[in-house]
This record gives sequence, structure tokens and C-alpha cells, in this order.
Amino acid sequence: MFNAKKIQTYGVVAEFSSSDTILEVATKAHEAGYRIMEAYSPVPVHGLDEALGRKRSILPWLVFGGGTFGCLGGLFMQYWMAAVNYPWNVGGRPTFSWPAFIPVTFELTILCSALTTVIGMFALNGLPRPHHPIFNTPNFDRSTLDHYFICIEAKDPKFDEQDVTAFLNEFKPEAVNTITDA
Amino acid sequence: MSNEVKRDPDGQLPFISGHSLSSVSEKISDVTTLPIKKMPKFWYGGMFLGLTVVQLLFFAIFVLVTRGTGIWGLNNPVGWGFAIINFVWWIGIGHAGTLISAILFLFQQDWRMSIARFAEAMTLFAVVCAGLFPLLHVGRPWLVYWLFPYPNTLGMWPQFRSPLLWDVFAVSTYATVSIMFWFTGLVPDLATMRAKTDLVWAKKIYHGMSLGWTGAARHWHRYEIAYLLLAGLATPLVLSVHSIVSLDFAVSNEPGWHTTIFPPYFVAGAIFAGFAMVLTFMIPVRAIYGMKDLLTERHMNNMCKVMLFSGLIVAYGYAMEIFFGWYSGSPFERFMVLNRADGPYAPSYWALILCNVMVPQLLWSYKIRTNPIMVFIICQFISVGMWLERFVIVIISLHRDYLDSSWAMYAGTRWDWAMYIGTMGLFLTLVFIFIRTLPIVAIFEMRELVHKEEHKEDSH
Repeated sequence: MFNAKKIQTYGVVAEFSSSDTILEVATKAHEAGYRIMEAYSPVPVHGLDEALGRKRSILPWLVFGGGTFGCLGGLFMQYWMAAVNYPWNVGGRPTFSWPAFIPVTFELTILCSALTTVIGMFALNGLPRPHHPIFNTPNFDRSTLDHYFICIEAKDPKFDEQDVTAFLNEFKPEAVNTITDA
Repeated sequence: MSNEVKRDPDGQLPFISGHSLSSVSEKISDVTTLPIKKMPKFWYGGMFLGLTVVQLLFFAIFVLVTRGTGIWGLNNPVGWGFAIINFVWWIGIGHAGTLISAILFLFQQDWRMSIARFAEAMTLFAVVCAGLFPLLHVGRPWLVYWLFPYPNTLGMWPQFRSPLLWDVFAVSTYATVSIMFWFTGLVPDLATMRAKTDLVWAKKIYHGMSLGWTGAARHWHRYEIAYLLLAGLATPLVLSVHSIVSLDFAVSNEPGWHTTIFPPYFVAGAIFAGFAMVLTFMIPVRAIYGMKDLLTERHMNNMCKVMLFSGLIVAYGYAMEIFFGWYSGSPFERFMVLNRADGPYAPSYWALILCNVMVPQLLWSYKIRTNPIMVFIICQFISVGMWLERFVIVIISLHRDYLDSSWAMYAGTRWDWAMYIGTMGLFLTLVFIFIRTLPIVAIFEMRELVHKEEHKEDSH
């Protein structure tokens, strides 16, 4: 119809029933030189991300930035409002009576850090993304129940449908499927 | 359900028994995907009760907005009445959720997993109920944005030295962070619900709400970091919220309020009341939905221990209040203590001691801690006791302070009661909507627990 783009292969997906196997497959695939791939699991499997050859996320640094912004911004906001823009003499106390400004500064630090954490996490994950090619995998529903999936993507420079299928079949998966991106 | 549960080698009851990854997902999601005809009468009863009682709230709000705060029992020495009592009561109840989901998470207490979701939901609903009171106490709730610093034509800003303003920031931050924490925890479960439901429209809604969660390793990696960070942020936050609430009192110079013990004593009271409320709902839910294998006796035992401990801190607080009355050397402080024990409101003070200090001592017994009916009854005492505590603090200090020519009595009017009981209806309604639409136990965390248990067995 109006979609002139050609339907392309997204990758080859293998389905496993054990977390130990998925870890092994991920490690071996990385050793075999595959780089652009992703594993999908119903529970966070520790070491899986490292096995796929990835570094620690920068998320904590973003949160540190967000928290610093909240802290300094919050304190500055109160300073500017109470001591610069509308100085207000309360019982002769200094206009910039900073100890009294700490609670609000603290709350804003937490608020900005938490907002950065959640928004940052979803943004780095590329979510929300309602249509993802991986959902074309048959039986993919079980990735949120009890099965583990690994997808070696077509974008990988070493990708060859036959080779990848043969490679994944070595690990005795429940199923191996080639999926398209539409 | 299973009556005989195998014990751990150390003689402890297990937190989860006889489950696999798929059976645990199924068990929890079944509560939500149950066909309408098969839903327990308990749900219909609870929802009906909630919806009925919440009408009272709507009516009370309508009358309040049309006639003003004069319909409440407030008078001149007692300018803070039910509104602040109920506000503090509800927000305290909410704190258990954050404690369970954040603080126990940081201490790696795995038993928290099966109760965390429910407790977090209760936090949210309790904060909604709590927020209504200051919102309505301003009299013209549509002008509530005046509380926030925003550029306005008067060129004025809020008074940042006031604890009441700190409260605005603390409570709105708390509400925001609680929602985010809860939602973040829900995302993988919404993806599970997407897989478990057969209804096409429900699938679409769950899929949309899960933001298209796939369970990719990279996503889980960031997700776990984010969850840990949120727990780390929510922990000091929850402690600060009730501390700031207590500063509303402690920063003033009213007799009985102006003490340094208030922040820790309020936080302990919040945990005390919150755990009581979590148990109040958990005990019927586990019985009716057959979840005794996920919400075990051991959970109840642990929660009761937390209640006992926080209850003892609260009791210490009461003792210290009496001590300060004497040690301060101030005649007004001394009078306040005597007025509590022997004044016109003495029955509420002694009822408070009964509910919060005496009855919870039953929890020293293991048999009582693992007896659902007894625990349920004790929790009701604690809920009432914690309400009375705030009543005693607010009313008894205010009604007879420094100037004896302006002493007066205070009592809530029917509108005060209507609004208070109405918020309970709101809370019930929200809880039952939650039970019907979202997984009440964190499915993916339970899967993790099963996963851990399986691997523990492998290593033997």
C-alpha cells in the first residue's frame, strides 16, 4: 500500500527455557564475534548484559546531574525569591536565612533525581515503543512468563541467516525463527 | 490451600513454596484476569461498600465548597482540627508502602517482594486521601496553586521559612516519587498481563501501559539500576516527609508540640500505622484469593515484629512527652501533660495508651503473630490508636494553651466525620479497583525469587 519500504529481515531469534543456557549462548555468541544482538528474559538475569559485551549504563551519572540541578537550583530559587526579588524582613532575621531553606532544597534534590532516574531509564531504553520487530517472534509472549529469547540482528556485520541459524541450533533451542521488521 | 508447608533447614517457614516461573505468573495474574462471573463476593462487597461510602465524601466536599470551612468544628483556639489529624493519619499510613518497597529493598530483605506492590499501591491511595485535607482546608481548593512559587501579579513568593510550605514540597515530592516508583515496578508486570489476558482490548491497554516492554537484557540492566536508585532516593524521602510533617508542630511554640523528639517519633508512628493498614488488607486478600503460599505466615510474623518495634518507639515517645512536661520546668508544659491525662479529653488519651501501647504488647507472642484473626484485630486497635494520637496532639495542646481566657472545647461536626469516613470509602474504592485491574503482587519479583530458589537448590 502506501508503505513503499521493503520488508527486511530483522534477525534470527532462538527460544530457550533456561537462564543458564541463555547466558551460555550470549557468551558464545559474543566470542563468535556477533555484536548487534539482544537477549530477552522474564527475570533480570545477572551477567547477561555483560555477556553480550556491554558496559555499565551512564544512568547513575545522569541522576547525579539531575540531583545536583535540583539541589543548587532549589537553593538558588529560594535565595532569589526571598533575598533578591522580594526581600522580606521576618523578625530581623537575615533575608538569606539558608538553614530554613534546606528542607525545600532537599525535597527538590530528591524530586529532580527521581524524575531523572525514571525518565532517563525509559528514554535510554527507547521506551515507550509500542511496535518493536521482536514482537513478531512466534510465542514471544512467553518472554514475560518463563522463556528466554536471544536475537542476533541483521544489522550485525557478521550476520548471515544460515550461519546464525546453524549457530543457534547448536544450543538445542525450543525454536529458531527468522523475523522481519514489519 | 496447602496446610503443611516444608520448613527451611534453619526451621523457618519459606517465603514461597511449590512454584515455578510460569505457575507464579499465572497465580497472580489470575486474580486480575478472572472472568467477571467468577469474581469472589468479597470483591463485590468491598467495591460496593467503598462506592457507597465515597458518596459521603463527595457530598461533604460539595457542602464544604458551597458553604465554606465554617461547617467544620474549628474555633478560635483550635484552628487545626480534623483536617490535619486526618492528613497526618493518612500520610502516615502511606509510609509503610515506601518503607517496604524502598528501605527493605536496600537491606535486601527478599520477603518484602510479595507484599511490596500492594503496600506501594496503598501508599499512593493513602497519599491521595491525605492530600485532600490540606487541599480542602484552604477553603477554595481551586486556588490551591497559590501554595506553589509561581510568578504572579502581586510579585510575591511563598514564605520559605515556614514548615507548612516545606510540607507542600515534601508531600508533592512524595506523591510524585511514589507514583513513579510504583509505575516503574509495574512495567514488567504489565507486560506479563499483556501475555496473560485473552481480551484484545485489555491486551492493548496493558501493552500501552507497559510502554512496549520487551524484557531486553539492556533494558533490565538499566531497569535494575533505576530501581536501586529510586529505592535509595525514596528512603531519605520517606523519612523526611514525616519529619517535615512533625515540624509543622515542633517549630511552633505550643505546649506539647515544641519538642525535638517529634520527627523520629512521628516517623515510627507512621510505620506503625502503615504496617497495620497493610495487614488489614493483606489478611483478607490472602485468604479469599488463595494466596497463602505467596503471602505466608512468615510475612505476617515479620510484619508484626516491625509493628512491635515501631510501637515500642512510639511508646517511648509518649513516655518522653511526659518526661519533658516535668523536665522543661515550664508550667504550661506541665499543665498540658496533666490536661491530657486528667482533662476533658482524658478518655481519648487513655484510649490511645490502650490501643497503641498496651494491645500491641500481645505481639510478643509468636502464636499471636501468626494468627491472622488476632493480628487483624490488633491492627484495628493500632489504626484507631494512631488516629487518637494525632487527635490528642492537635486538640489537647490547642484547646488550652497560654491564654486561659481563650480556652475552648472542640468537637468534629457531622461534616468533619463525613469527610473522614468518606476518605475511607475513597481508599477502599481505589484498593478494590487496583485488585481487579493490576497484579497485586509483583510478578517479576516473585519470578526472581523462584529463580533464586531454584539456583540455590542447584548449588547444594
